[in-house]
Amino acid sequence: MERKKISIDRREFIKRLGIGGAVAGVTLAGCKPAAKKIAGDTTADVTEVPTDKMTYRVNHNTGDTVSLLGYGMMRLPETRGAGGRGADSELDQEAINELVDYALAHGVNYFDTSPMYCKGKSEEATGIALSRHPRDSYYIATKLSNFAPSTWPLKESIKMFETSLKLLRTDYIDYLLLHAVGGGGIPTLNDRFIDNGLLEYLKEQRRNGRIRNLGFSFHGDVEVYDHLLAMHDAGDVHWDFVQIQHNYVDWLNKEGNAKRSEYLYGELEKRSIPAVVMEPLLGGRLSHLPDHLANTLRERRPSQSLASWAFRFAGTHPGILTVLSGMTYMEHLQDNVRTYSPLEPCNDDEIELLNHTAALLDRYPLIPCTKCQYCMPCPYGLNIPAIFEHYNKCVNEGNVAESVNDPNYAEARRAFLIGYDRAVPKLRQASHCTGCGECLSHCPQSIKIPAKLQSIDRYVEELKQNV
Amino acid sequence: MLKRLRIFFAVIFWIGITLLFLDFTGLAARWLGWMAKLQFLPAVLAGNFIVVALLVVLTLVFGRLYCSVICPLGVMQDGFAALGRKARRNRYSYSPARNVLRYIMLGVMVIALALGVGSVFALIAPYSAYGRIASNLLQPVWMWGNNMLASWAASHDSYAFYSVDIWLKSGLSLGIAVVTLVVLAVLAWRNGRTYCNTICPVGTVLGFLSRFSLLKPVIDTSKCINCGKCARNCKAACIDAKNHSIDYSRCVVCFDCIGNCSTGAISYRRRSKVVEPAPEKVDDKGRRAFMTVAATAGAAAVASAQVKVDGGLAVIVDKKVPERETPLAPPGAVSHAHLVRHCTGCQLCVASCPNNVLRPSGSPESFMMPEMSYERGYCRPECTRCGEVCPAGAIHRITRAEKSAISIGHAVWLRDNCIVIADGHSCGNCARHCPTGAITMVPMDAAAEKSLKIPVVDAEKCIGCGACENLCPARPLSAIYVEGNHRHREV
Repeated sequence: MERKKISIDRREFIKRLGIGGAVAGVTLAGCKPAAKKIAGDTTADVTEVPTDKMTYRVNHNTGDTVSLLGYGMMRLPETRGAGGRGADSELDQEAINELVDYALAHGVNYFDTSPMYCKGKSEEATGIALSRHPRDSYYIATKLSNFAPSTWPLKESIKMFETSLKLLRTDYIDYLLLHAVGGGGIPTLNDRFIDNGLLEYLKEQRRNGRIRNLGFSFHGDVEVYDHLLAMHDAGDVHWDFVQIQHNYVDWLNKEGNAKRSEYLYGELEKRSIPAVVMEPLLGGRLSHLPDHLANTLRERRPSQSLASWAFRFAGTHPGILTVLSGMTYMEHLQDNVRTYSPLEPCNDDEIELLNHTAALLDRYPLIPCTKCQYCMPCPYGLNIPAIFEHYNKCVNEGNVAESVNDPNYAEARRAFLIGYDRAVPKLRQASHCTGCGECLSHCPQSIKIPAKLQSIDRYVEELKQNV
Repeated sequence: MLKRLRIFFAVIFWIGITLLFLDFTGLAARWLGWMAKLQFLPAVLAGNFIVVALLVVLTLVFGRLYCSVICPLGVMQDGFAALGRKARRNRYSYSPARNVLRYIMLGVMVIALALGVGSVFALIAPYSAYGRIASNLLQPVWMWGNNMLASWAASHDSYAFYSVDIWLKSGLSLGIAVVTLVVLAVLAWRNGRTYCNTICPVGTVLGFLSRFSLLKPVIDTSKCINCGKCARNCKAACIDAKNHSIDYSRCVVCFDCIGNCSTGAISYRRRSKVVEPAPEKVDDKGRRAFMTVAATAGAAAVASAQVKVDGGLAVIVDKKVPERETPLAPPGAVSHAHLVRHCTGCQLCVASCPNNVLRPSGSPESFMMPEMSYERGYCRPECTRCGEVCPAGAIHRITRAEKSAISIGHAVWLRDNCIVIADGHSCGNCARHCPTGAITMVPMDAAAEKSLKIPVVDAEKCIGCGACENLCPARPLSAIYVEGNHRHREV
């Protein structure tokens, strides 16, 4: 049924694209540099953004019709520019309102936040923006982010839930998640949700309608994932949905089932549990590919962004309820709306190409940081995500020289060092890492942060000394 | 024609030396470093006899051409004087030489030199004074311009320019530079070369020589109509038109008089007989003004520029300067004492230091001379910039290999500041960054292998570069700091 709907939409989409392409040709001539600058990775498709073509998926538990594009409220714009990494800057409510209005107007109806996001300011900002619209025109997802041991007592966790309701200006949550279970293994899961009776409390709230769907988001130890699904099988708890990290790089991830979304998704599909996707772009990494990988994709679909490939892949599997994207900028929102209005699923050929791209990408020494900022603030003032971002940028641009004998050593050195000082103030660079390990437990991608920082620092030191 | 030539070379020298002080990339030093080495006092202090001999010969042949062309402070004063003449023509008049004052100043300098009290000539010497003006006043403007370009480049994904830190290295030094500039500008505007012919010890020495110079401007009495135009336009106030005599000890051979003479009575040529002007009463108005203002130099405190800090992330407190028993002198300086004996206080090394280590000293015995500290950076292994630029031989030129084996100080661990002790965090950032492996991390509790590790320093291996001090997470005072070695040694 759903399939059929999509195929009709697709035909119409292609027809539209033909017209759009012509328009794009005209507009592009005038504003190409500017458009390119803003979107970064995209070839800036300046076609009209459709308002009524969004692909929707149905949650069979509640009958919710959810837009395939979900809005992640983790990377909201700040008053002082660049999203998610601002210093003492505050969330830019005006910009957030504008983005939310635009998203709703273009068919996006799922908004995912957490008490932790944006230095704890995300729920409030989300509440302000959404409460300006009818409550039945969108779904709110938030989480129980009771990571700190001080929030493990039932009373404290309940307080966190109640605060979420208040900040979000609502009396029910459509999708409530146990936030990032898996870290710390089964013992931590028990501490946070089982032993304190919190899960029972949440089930009760679902019965009385304050929670419409109950699920969990997963990062870390796959044992916890299997355990929670076994509880589902045994009838101890019914998961209405599960949130997993899914993208074409993680689909066949070789590091094991914990990260391999083919496994994670497969387990959900077996049980008909709707899957919500997080990190479809890996924090933007999949929209900044090394040049020759990017070009292979661009050759196939010249007018479409690299991001669109990642989103099409993430949305292709029918058991995916929605794909979350933390869209800081209007251009990203527009690009994603275009990609899913309607979704043109990846064909086998394209999936093969993406798997191949992932395999090649695996050979680059990229650091799998998604800039989620969970590791921040570092007690010693380092800007960890910015350091990794700069390093990855240089890897992608071929500016990480292997040896002094590289033909482009001098340029690569200059680009790396000057870019480093631009991206990260000296006092917040990797040379100041003490290796205290405070960050380690916070990283959902299980990056060995101090070790990586120190190896980047050694590289910088080499560059500096090999004048 | 001669005047044009003089101006041409003067401008070249002045721009070259100024660039030397503005540049922070090390490029100018490579191409223009010789201009600083040609300066008289630095050459004397460096024991650079070739240059001294060259300058002596130059003066004996051409007169004080040095003061008109090579000396940046002289050229700068000429610039102000030219502006003054624009405002009012014929503004100067002949005044007799103030030889007593001149020789006293020279004597003071010589005694200071002999006693090794470098701070005295660092204050008075022309090249040093100009260096301070350029590095304290002009370089920040230059850097600011550079940073504008850098931010423009950054927005265009270009790496052509990079941003540099602009910070107040010494308020006192800046104050002295401002006062020097203002006093000299006023003196030059009103009276031309007052400083050069009363205070400047180099001017006195060269003036002594230039009396005997081979070539000099000579007034042909047969052509002279006694109009006095030459005297009224002589910025050195050395032409006694009435007596048709010129005080060659003060003449800086600018050739202005030759061009000004309507009858062509003055020419630049050989002349055997030297006419000495009779000594007259001294009018020391200019000098008094200079001294008064110089005395208030210290009072001119200038507000420091706020350093921009990114907030939001954990706040990082600025580091404080630790108290060092023995001051740190850059590798190549041999010892602090050697540095003090040879340094002219021009601050070219301070302006050139790319790691923000050097700054002008405020202590009396090494006033205005470079001093090291590691709050903003450390003495990086690949850099030998200060030794390359030093014209006075205070910091010898060394190679990278030599640098890696010169110990200028030794690290001292301050237990109470260390985050391993204070916060119970594991660290080891000092050991990780020590270029000579002089720091080792050992278990805090010798009995427990697994206990947190604390640094121990092998003072014999330590070269005092300050990587440990600069990168130590303890703030505002580092838990490890470098104490200067009385005399640098090889490791």
